Amino acid sequence: MAFPCHDFQPLSSGAVLTADHRTDAAGWRVYCETAYKKGGRLIALWGSDERPQGEGYAIHAALMASEGIDCLTLPLEAERPAYPSIDDLFPAALRMQRAAYDLLGIFASGAADHREWLRHGAWPAGFFPLRYDFAGDATFPPQENTYPFVRVAGEGVHEIPVGPVHAGTIEPGHFRFSVIGERVLRLEERFGYTHKGVEKRFERLNLAEGVKLAGRVSGDSTVAYAWAYSMACESLAKITPPPRAIWLRALWLERERVANHLGDLGFLANDAAFAFGLTQFSCLKEDMLRTHHTLFGHRYLMDAIIPGGVRHNLNAQGMARIIAEIGKIEETLPILKEIYEDHAGLQDRFLGAGRVSPETALNLGVTGLAGRASGQVWDLRVQLPPPPYDQLDVHIASSQDGDVAARVAVRFDEAKESLRLIHLILDRMPGGDIWTPLPETSGKAFGLGLMEGWRGEVLVALHSDGEHIQRAHLHDPSWQNWPVLEHAILGNAVPDFPLINKSFNLSYSGHDL
Amino acid sequence: MNTWPDTLFQLIQSVLVVTLAPLLLGWINQCRAWLQNRRGAGPLQPYRELHKLFHKEVVLAHHASALFRMAPYIRFGSMWLAAAIVPVLATDLPFSPAADVIALVGVFAFSRVFLALAAMDVGTAFGSLGARREMLVSFLAEPALLMVFFNASLISHSTQLTTIVETLSHHTLMLHPSMAFAAAAFLMVLLAENARIPVDNPATHLELTMIHEAMTLEYSARHLALIEWSSHIKLMTYTTLGIALFAPWGIAQAGDWRAVPLAVAALLFKLGLAGAGLALLETLSAKLRLFRAPEFLGTAFLLAVLGLLTYFLRIS
Repeated sequence: MAFPCHDFQPLSSGAVLTADHRTDAAGWRVYCETAYKKGGRLIALWGSDERPQGEGYAIHAALMASEGIDCLTLPLEAERPAYPSIDDLFPAALRMQRAAYDLLGIFASGAADHREWLRHGAWPAGFFPLRYDFAGDATFPPQENTYPFVRVAGEGVHEIPVGPVHAGTIEPGHFRFSVIGERVLRLEERFGYTHKGVEKRFERLNLAEGVKLAGRVSGDSTVAYAWAYSMACESLAKITPPPRAIWLRALWLERERVANHLGDLGFLANDAAFAFGLTQFSCLKEDMLRTHHTLFGHRYLMDAIIPGGVRHNLNAQGMARIIAEIGKIEETLPILKEIYEDHAGLQDRFLGAGRVSPETALNLGVTGLAGRASGQVWDLRVQLPPPPYDQLDVHIASSQDGDVAARVAVRFDEAKESLRLIHLILDRMPGGDIWTPLPETSGKAFGLGLMEGWRGEVLVALHSDGEHIQRAHLHDPSWQNWPVLEHAILGNAVPDFPLINKSFNLSYSGHDL
Repeated sequence: MNTWPDTLFQLIQSVLVVTLAPLLLGWINQCRAWLQNRRGAGPLQPYRELHKLFHKEVVLAHHASALFRMAPYIRFGSMWLAAAIVPVLATDLPFSPAADVIALVGVFAFSRVFLALAAMDVGTAFGSLGARREMLVSFLAEPALLMVFFNASLISHSTQLTTIVETLSHHTLMLHPSMAFAAAAFLMVLLAENARIPVDNPATHLELTMIHEAMTLEYSARHLALIEWSSHIKLMTYTTLGIALFAPWGIAQAGDWRAVPLAVAALLFKLGLAGAGLALLETLSAKLRLFRAPEFLGTAFLLAVLGLLTYFLRIS
């Protein structure tokens, strides 16, 4: 079987090239192996309950090659659903397989790890909340929950448990360090504390309502999520949004990227106790957020993108404000970059900390910004550009170093590139409508949306019965990158962890759903 | 000798140091805020925080021992004692002969041992982590601090702080190159011992990077207030110690009441300057990697020893 063995078709909205096909258990393995050998990457793995259609369950995988995105579906029997695991090919699949079991009870045979992942004793073992016959309103008494962490034995080894409640106000996650002195021998992560049943909630929504929830999966990536969700709706309903709407979306996505990179650059310096950096970058970011609030009604641009188009237009006055603001950032950014690069203390903290070599990054399937800092030169806006990026010629930023300094450098470069893109977008933005109504859909349909958020690729897969969403899967790039953090910290000192963690800045909420 | 006005003066001085200590920290934080283009919370903020903490209910770990509850009082008491030993406004106070500089270092060590033990008492990972790091930093800082004191002792032929200050401030003007080395070393020790940047970051909420803060994570309410306050006093004591050793001009002699207003003015001016200087230093620095801290303190020790060598070269 060759890969790709399908004709990649553009999504009807003119977006990413995709192919969609069903396979059997043997074909599933062969297909994934072929994709792996050809350098393909796993973007997402999710299960669905197809019993309302008189079938069993299904497991889906989205694989990315330079030609396009391939969506693979393996139907599973209703009794004892199981499928061949693929975590030996794509290590990132492991946690996705564990999550699929916790939510749907579909079993990955041959997987390296069968411990629970999202289930924290909020529901009993053997109960699966994403199955359609669970109404979503049942409550359970809290279950006893002991998670078997991997123990490291040896002379002088001890454990430091950190979280899920931290000293600062941050999202909850548990990190179990096995250390010798201050050196980290092993880090094991435990997530799922913010699991709130988002995917279950989608089941009661129709396509148009879903975008509000999709935009709240991970607040710092609301534009990427809303766009990916809308793209999935549009591909499902087979419509194309008006050109102006697409260009406005790109404007917001780049602004979201710049705002997040600015914030991260400030916090990275602050984690090295260089608070000057934080105040300077926070100032720049805050100006952007206030502009968002004034022009588009929300500081983080929530609910600006809707299926079929966008909700807010941009007038000449707003355009002038954005251009002036971008000019100010373009002026300040090189100065701050120089301060960072010339600061010996800061560079000493950044250089060599949390190194992920390009080989490790390739093996683990690191994605997005962290991937590009470790030589994984993938950017959806470059390789499979959805409109309007096909007309923008995005320059990709990357590094081979893979340390905190590389992730800082990539952020600086990407912010600069996004500022250039914003000028281009404003220059070339076409006129016209900003919204097309979604037509009535009928019958079973599948839609896919994919967008390069500031962290990496955000994927939204929608299975619809025509009127309501049957299954919505929203995939955050943090799924791929959280396991990498366990490797990045190896051999580093414990007090360097927060800085390394911040240099990835992954989402808990987008991961736990 | 009639000692009661002196005793009264001693009392006034130590109360003054203890009550003004939060103001010094507030001033440093305010200067830092200005240097970062922020408005800042004002120099009185540490008082508000202490007030808040004193009015909160204490939360204790179930298995916390008496040591855990006692440690804040021991620390506060030792810091007050340390503050009383340092001549701030006047020399030759009745309390000063009670302890010399070596004893002062001992008082600091005494309070540190109790805080480290208390940190390990409740058995959390962070308590012992912080205690371990604090000990790493302080066992390197202590010898450097002693060396700094010996520089001053060589000049004044005494380890009594009052005698040192007397010699340095009221005798014939003389430049001491050895004291320049000692001053640099002292500044480095001050930063390390008071959990300031670049060795520690007092403002961080990242528990894994903490040194001093990690030890006090389990404390709350009045216990935490006392620990915080004693840290303020420690910073104040170190700063006044620096002033006494390296810029003692303007200090009043005991019983010389007329010189007191001038001494107060000089002290406030010098503290203000020192606070601004510290803020500037902290704004310009990033925090060192933990394993660079030994190098940092090794440099401090080396500088202090260089100071001693300079002194011996001069008199030989």
